[in-house]
Amino acid sequence: MNSNPLNVRIAGLKLRNPTLLASGILGYTAESLQRVVEGGAGAVVTKSVGVAPRMGYANPTVVQASGGLINAMGLPNPGIEEYADEIIHAKTVVQAPLIVSVFGYSADEYALVAKKAVEAGADAVELNVSCPHVKLTGSEIGQNPKLLKEVVSKVKAAVRKPVIVKLSPNVTDIAETAKAALKAGADALTAINTVKALAIDAETALPVLSNVRGGLSGPAIKPVALRCVYDLYEQVKTPIIGCGGITTWRDAVEFFLAGASAVQIGTAVALEDPDVFQAVNRGVETYLKKKRYKSVQEVVGVAHRT
Amino acid sequence: MRTELNTLRTTPILSVKTESPTVKTFTLTDKLCAKAQPGQFLMLWIPQVDEIPLSIMNTEGNTVAVSVKAVGDATRHLHQMKKGDTVGVRGPFGNSFTETRGKVLLVGGGTGTAPLLFLAKRLQAASKRLAFVIGAKTKNELLFISDLNHVCPEKSLITTTEDGTYGLQCLVTEPLTRLLAEQNFDMIYTCGPELMVSKIFALAEQHGVPVEASLERLMRCGIGLCGSCVIGKYRVCKDGPVFNSSQLRQVKDELGISKLGFDGNRIPV
Repeated sequence: MNSNPLNVRIAGLKLRNPTLLASGILGYTAESLQRVVEGGAGAVVTKSVGVAPRMGYANPTVVQASGGLINAMGLPNPGIEEYADEIIHAKTVVQAPLIVSVFGYSADEYALVAKKAVEAGADAVELNVSCPHVKLTGSEIGQNPKLLKEVVSKVKAAVRKPVIVKLSPNVTDIAETAKAALKAGADALTAINTVKALAIDAETALPVLSNVRGGLSGPAIKPVALRCVYDLYEQVKTPIIGCGGITTWRDAVEFFLAGASAVQIGTAVALEDPDVFQAVNRGVETYLKKKRYKSVQEVVGVAHRT
Repeated sequence: MRTELNTLRTTPILSVKTESPTVKTFTLTDKLCAKAQPGQFLMLWIPQVDEIPLSIMNTEGNTVAVSVKAVGDATRHLHQMKKGDTVGVRGPFGNSFTETRGKVLLVGGGTGTAPLLFLAKRLQAASKRLAFVIGAKTKNELLFISDLNHVCPEKSLITTTEDGTYGLQCLVTEPLTRLLAEQNFDMIYTCGPELMVSKIFALAEQHGVPVEASLERLMRCGIGLCGSCVIGKYRVCKDGPVFNSSQLRQVKDELGISKLGFDGNRIPV
């Protein structure tokens, strides 16, 4: 049995390689998700979808920072009723597992959206309990272990597909949040969402983003994300999907070594191109060969020596 | 992406020129945007109001010019701004028109004429065989007439107005049918309302003439990240805004038909 060394399994999902499109990047339409799959992604995560349509914030919604981007899009999405049609369409177009990112303003809303997404064909859901720039959802839920537990429990009761929880780095102890999610039945964790951040323009003496506060992504947050994955791997047994600043194969390998079973790539789609996934996968494959590993799985957590 | 292009630069407005009752041209100093190619766009930050994508209409020395029609909140605010007021700039972003040496036809609708004027200035040297068709609802909405007369060879500028107050009384697409039947063009460049662009593309396909069209979509990030401006598998901000015939064929189910709204839902163009 000569299985492809890049194949990974996460919470029952079979991926042909360990790179996923991170939520929020492209991800509205089936065609743009498939473009990312053509670019080499092993799975895709959609934009976050809620119960009702949201227009998002006025521009500027993205601003360049040193080594990364700060964004406050404001969760623009068409609402699950409309988006269900896109999920159905996407299942005929996208040739990789389709993970629908879900948000809500209560546990019941998360459960409702997750249920409808799975009914429409989602292969898994990822709970956005970590968006740092929309009030009463996202990180305001993920930073509260009690609320988080309630959200994950209700979603688990509502769907039979894998439930992935995307964690916020904007907490004192990310392992504590993770444990709350796992007690409630989470099947996998994504670490991390963006780091809460701000940009000010000196000339006009104004915050740049229309929402003032946003989330920092890109190479600037890679060391933070890597530390979060390392911390989690020490304390939990559930698969971890690393996310934060991954741009090259070397970044991806570092996340595997820290304990991630797969990685998500977002900002690099703009910094590079949707074909960044292929480049990362090729590099990972070469690394495995050179180091005589038979699979990505063998590399996971190797940096933990004590 | 070169991150320096995406870094926000604040700069004072150097001059404001009124082109028509609803269109003004703003000139700014910006070394990076001054190197833009015809077809590229920039993101203009109107502090405390919005940030919007604008086609580049001209570059000169260290300056860049954009022509803006007052159509919404952001553009109306911008129209109130004066020389010396501060705005922010990112870019230039996107691809550009390819410069063809042969016989070319340029078709502009409304402020879509701006990037084509920029292109025509570049083509002037390369192509003496150039025809330009522009259209508007009425005479005082026709843009850049004196610039175009300067750039276009004699009798090669055709103007149309819907009410007949200047040039031919018809839609901009009408003289095209005749031009394409009578002459052989090597390329059609177009920019304007999407319904116009899709009609021109259909005509060009009938006559087997290649097209490069600059498309417009709701845009947020400008750098290929947020997915607001997608058409088919393409991101207008990064894979475009200029698309060739083979790309346009791939998006014919959406061209002139549907686009994404602010909430990411598919809505009619």
